[in-house]
Amino acid sequence: MNIHEYQAKALFEKFGIAVPKGTTATTPEAFITALADLPEGPTMVKSQIHAGGRGKGTFTNGFKGGVKFCKTKQDALEIAGKMLGNTLVTAQTGPAGRKVQTIYFTVASEIKKEYYLAILLDRNSSKPVIVASTEGGMDIETVAHDTPEKLFKVIVDPAYGLADFQVRELITKLGLTGVEAKNAGKLIRNLYQCYWETDAAMIEVNPLITTPTGDVLALDAKVSFDSNALYRHPEIVALRDLNEEDSKEIEASKYSLSYIALDGNIACLVNGAGLAMSTMDIIQHFGGTPANFLDVGGGATKAQVIAAFKIILGDKNVKGILVNIFGGIMDCNVIATGIVEAVKEVGLTLPLVVRLEGNNVVAGKATLDASGLALISGSTMADAAQKIVKLVA
Amino acid sequence: MAILITPSTKILVQGITGDFGGRHAKLSLDYGTQVVAGVTPGKGGLFFEHGTHQVPIFNSVADAVKATGATVSAVFVPPPFAADAILEGVDAGLDLVVAITEGIPVRDMVRVKRAMAGSKTRLLGPNCPGVVTPGTGKDSSGGCRIGIAPGYIHKNGHVGVVSRSGTLTYEAVFQLTSKNIGQTTCVGIGGDPVNGTSHLDIIKLFNADPETHGIILIGEIGGNAEVEAARWIKDHCTKPVAGFIAGATAPAGRRMGHAGAIVGGAEDTAAAKIAVFKECGIEVAVTPSDMADALLRSAKAKGVTLT
Repeated sequence: MNIHEYQAKALFEKFGIAVPKGTTATTPEAFITALADLPEGPTMVKSQIHAGGRGKGTFTNGFKGGVKFCKTKQDALEIAGKMLGNTLVTAQTGPAGRKVQTIYFTVASEIKKEYYLAILLDRNSSKPVIVASTEGGMDIETVAHDTPEKLFKVIVDPAYGLADFQVRELITKLGLTGVEAKNAGKLIRNLYQCYWETDAAMIEVNPLITTPTGDVLALDAKVSFDSNALYRHPEIVALRDLNEEDSKEIEASKYSLSYIALDGNIACLVNGAGLAMSTMDIIQHFGGTPANFLDVGGGATKAQVIAAFKIILGDKNVKGILVNIFGGIMDCNVIATGIVEAVKEVGLTLPLVVRLEGNNVVAGKATLDASGLALISGSTMADAAQKIVKLVA
Repeated sequence: MAILITPSTKILVQGITGDFGGRHAKLSLDYGTQVVAGVTPGKGGLFFEHGTHQVPIFNSVADAVKATGATVSAVFVPPPFAADAILEGVDAGLDLVVAITEGIPVRDMVRVKRAMAGSKTRLLGPNCPGVVTPGTGKDSSGGCRIGIAPGYIHKNGHVGVVSRSGTLTYEAVFQLTSKNIGQTTCVGIGGDPVNGTSHLDIIKLFNADPETHGIILIGEIGGNAEVEAARWIKDHCTKPVAGFIAGATAPAGRRMGHAGAIVGGAEDTAAAKIAVFKECGIEVAVTPSDMADALLRSAKAKGVTLT
């Protein structure tokens, strides 16, 4: 689960991580009261959406930049009016962009130098890793590729936690001394505590900055959480912003369906994550484009299948549907009955290819054949994929 | 021979009185698996009954091990309690703990894995379909089935299968059995980013098993476990190996069902992994329908008989 920058900064403050002072507003009327909380002088205006690349983004109304530096609060007021309620397109949002519904004003800090700091899971060691770099404010993948010697990693032993010597090692490699070193050390320790205690999946601070007065601040904050752990963090669940999520994905989650919308025109309905992914792949292999990832799980019920069909058909780009079920333990006939009832209920007009395999498959296929529905059987994944690709071509 | 488990392996089921655990304990008993104990705290002394089977239930794994000699556990307990259940099995000195539970927090697994360092217990999973060593009876019955895989699709034979995904494993097994090619053991290592046993761990076991003549390695986007296994295969494994990677069409940064199936960088895309497979002499299945055929191509090229 992702949260907004302003929410991440509020979380940081709870953990004693220094951030520039900031306030938010969700209506133009609230701009003035929000800005009244900040001191006079240079102010940042930041669009709040769950996507990176905001600074280089463009609004669909032509206004450039979702993050702006303003010399005065008066300028900030004017700029915020151009952002709020408008749709921001960045490298990460896709062409549709995201509507900006919250503006975050912060004091524009004086920057001495920018750094990069992140904490995430190191999959190779199955331990948390802290990644730091002297190249702040840049795309970290580029830094890793072009100048790997400027990227430093410390793997934390979860049995002990972050050790002081590891903090000193990071600070030394970042070239920080004196009061900067002291402040950075405190920030790194608190950031690790925040990562660990909130079950964060990743925390990224880019840039982390030093100021001429020796302060060390998190200028930006990107935080995501392990969705498996949300049950024990109601305070984090409360930060969820449904405006930032695909409405079809929200609907799917109500039925315990795992659904992700994509750009293609062939919808798929599959049981199992691995099979669902490879069903998308095989559609593409035969020249089609998948409209979604949809895993109905190992024990799909009729209600789930019906919900899945409705969600799929809610995507206007869909021109055909491929159902791929490997009924291992499940009775294929139960699934076939669910498909038939679902199709009858939602009134399907698009081509539908069904590939059914596994337990009691003969009865399942007979149910499909006897349904009178204009659905087409696929014998294997390859056969089914070729058929649906041909039908929508 | 097989790897990890044989038809005589005695297993216990943690969470046998739950719907999910109970249903699959019954299917394992029907398959002929030696399910000798169940564990549910507070229900010790009761029995899990299925047909003529009466499986004793114990309050703790240690009690169950002491009374029955079980060496392997299947964990079906809900996510908030699963880490504890795994560690209980480790503490009781089991050889293998197979964690079926889906949705365990990553932090719990980070701690479990650290706590298991140096122990004799191997963990398979979590979020995995389990492991099957097919038997020689009808529909491969008489074998050892731990977890949630459909037993009947298997056939006793000489191919090892290792995968993160359940249904994709079944797909591969089904293709093999349809071609009359049997399996030594089929292993699901699970779809989570932190798991107990890696692709490479299983590949090493298959390589050392004289009964296993060929291997199907099924992977996904995310992480570098498949790449690590492929590089080892290039240097150490002479058996035919076919590989498949799911997720070629997955967009970066989106979690594809499995918590571990997420593209984080240029190194863990399907294209990058497939390129490494090819470089390491693994025959790549171009589609998931091609997995058994890919292994046959590799076996033919190496002059190995799979049946």
